[in-house]
Amino acid sequence: MSDSKFKNPIVAWIDYRLPVFSFMEHELHEYPTPKNLNYFWNFGSLAGIILVIMIVTGIVLAMHYTAHTAYAFDSIERIMRDVNYGWLIRYVHMNGASAFFIVVFIHIFRGMYFGSYKSPREILWILGVVILLIMMATAFLGYVLPWGQMSFWGATVITNLFSAIPVVGDSIVTLLWGGFSVDNPTLNRFFSLHYLLPFVLVGIIVLHIVALHQHGSNNPIGIDTKSPQDTIPFHPYYTVKDLFGLGVFLVLFFGFVFFAPNFLGHPDNYIEANPLVTPPHIVPEWYFLPFYAILRSFTADALIYLPISWLMSAKLAGVLAMFASIMVLFILPWLDHSPVRSARFRPLYKQFFWLLVIDCIILGICGAKPAEEPWTYISQAATAYYFLHFIVILPLLGFFEKTKPLPTSISEPVLKGGGGLSSAASAKPMEKA
Amino acid sequence: MRKSLISVVAAVAVLSSSGTMAAGDAVKPPKQEWSFSGLFGTFDRGALQRGFQVYNEVCAACHSVRLLAYRNLMDIGFTEDHVKKIAAAKEVTDGPNDEGEMFQRPARPSDRFVKPFPNEEAARAGNNGAYPPDLTLMTKARVGGADYVHALLSGYKEPPKEKKLAEGMSYNLYFAGNQIAMAPPLSEGAVEYADKTKATVSQMAHDVTTFLAWAAEPELEWRKRMGVKVILFLLILTGLLYGVKRKVWSDLH
Repeated sequence: MSDSKFKNPIVAWIDYRLPVFSFMEHELHEYPTPKNLNYFWNFGSLAGIILVIMIVTGIVLAMHYTAHTAYAFDSIERIMRDVNYGWLIRYVHMNGASAFFIVVFIHIFRGMYFGSYKSPREILWILGVVILLIMMATAFLGYVLPWGQMSFWGATVITNLFSAIPVVGDSIVTLLWGGFSVDNPTLNRFFSLHYLLPFVLVGIIVLHIVALHQHGSNNPIGIDTKSPQDTIPFHPYYTVKDLFGLGVFLVLFFGFVFFAPNFLGHPDNYIEANPLVTPPHIVPEWYFLPFYAILRSFTADALIYLPISWLMSAKLAGVLAMFASIMVLFILPWLDHSPVRSARFRPLYKQFFWLLVIDCIILGICGAKPAEEPWTYISQAATAYYFLHFIVILPLLGFFEKTKPLPTSISEPVLKGGGGLSSAASAKPMEKA
Repeated sequence: MRKSLISVVAAVAVLSSSGTMAAGDAVKPPKQEWSFSGLFGTFDRGALQRGFQVYNEVCAACHSVRLLAYRNLMDIGFTEDHVKKIAAAKEVTDGPNDEGEMFQRPARPSDRFVKPFPNEEAARAGNNGAYPPDLTLMTKARVGGADYVHALLSGYKEPPKEKKLAEGMSYNLYFAGNQIAMAPPLSEGAVEYADKTKATVSQMAHDVTTFLAWAAEPELEWRKRMGVKVILFLLILTGLLYGVKRKVWSDLH
């Protein structure tokens, strides 16, 4: 035990029996991280922190919430009015969902821009897509719980989608509802699943991090770290950088929580659910709008539906397209087979990447608009382009794009940019003095 | 058969399109100056108390605010004795007592506001088939919020000649479809303010909307006060963290 790397005898004693401190030392301090990560690499740890905030506030909310159609709406209002700091906990949870999606969307687009899904990080990426799917399910289930008008009608619209599945569709919908309409059994099972899924999420995030630490982070240049000079220990460099990023995030986040807590919500959800009154426009939360636009763009007369109209109904086509818009991400590492990771060295891909970002924003706007001209045409075109990007453009780019020459190492451009050889010249690993 | 189907579909299409047309007729509510808007906004206590008076003497005949309790009125500056008096003016059903009977008693501050109608059916029966919605969350539950509620209350006009209103309906500039079942609720001098404020329609609409905004968000002042402190704290903390980050990274650059 005398050879333990820990000076504190208690720490050394514990670590000899349960190596938690060695594990933390290895994964946080020794863990070599490329030294050129930019601020877009903050969003992974930020997403993890938001998940913790969501779980903590969610557990407290569940102590006061009543999952029954007759009491759910009023129990939320009781939390807002009579529970100590209830309004704060609920507004943090409510806006936390939006923050989670903003952060995760940026995290995903960062992965796309810098080619973080490419070998050897395919499984890391796939686990990320699984995380996105579970997040979306969790958010949808959670939005139903306050039992407002949008909760009820959103649940009705989304669960009804499954009826488009041939043969078993109606049985699946009945199973989801626990009856023949969205009612008390639906609310109860949604609450149960909403409490369960975040913990499933935690498990998959652990795998996501294990896969990440196997080969370490990608970096803005997208080439592998070659020598110890290319890397710095995660702690203290990235812990402090992540903390600063967290500070900036919290300023913006609490700006919403305290000064515009309902900005991202829909007024109709402050009207208690009423199965007899349909809201004029049923819209999902903002983070689902692009997917909602893809779903609605498959109308009976849509050009994108014609080629498959002999095969299935427009409704089923829309449902499949909506799921396919995420499923396509699973095979992204193989659709984009260019050997160069970072868009910095892929002049054409860089332009198509930004086109995709604009396309997703257009889809989001279309999803918020009523299903009428010109929005249906626009969302049909945007949907077509979304799939064109992944299925046609990316594979072709891999063949025809002329990429720029890659630097030989991460340190090289840093040396060129900075004056002199200074610290990077020494061959020993970067270590905090 | 086919013809009739087509005509039904066409009729539905015409109806739904005219429905959306009518909904489009509603005018966007003009922006008002509210004491509670902005980063440091607080509820104007005078407006709140006058607004409660308008609610109590006018709106409460048809509309409930079921999420409020009488004790909440102490938050807007009424004394405990005053709140007891306000509550005691209403009767609530309590029980069962020792004999197993339900009984009526005067309301207490701990009771929720007594509803004007025992249930939706009774409310509809008393209002020409229309259901006066609960007002507790009204400023949060409508696009436009307080501006919309104020505009609606003061937006009654003579209908244009070509507009045919259904029996018992009124014309309102700001209501979706312009046809509203609520008769103009406010008229000049409908209440007599204790503080001698002149009870114009616009004044009463402004006061009662302030009261309803408080009813919807009673935590608003607390929230904004805490928000200012939290944001200031976070700005300083983030600034310090930036300094630490610069310091830690200084040996790399």
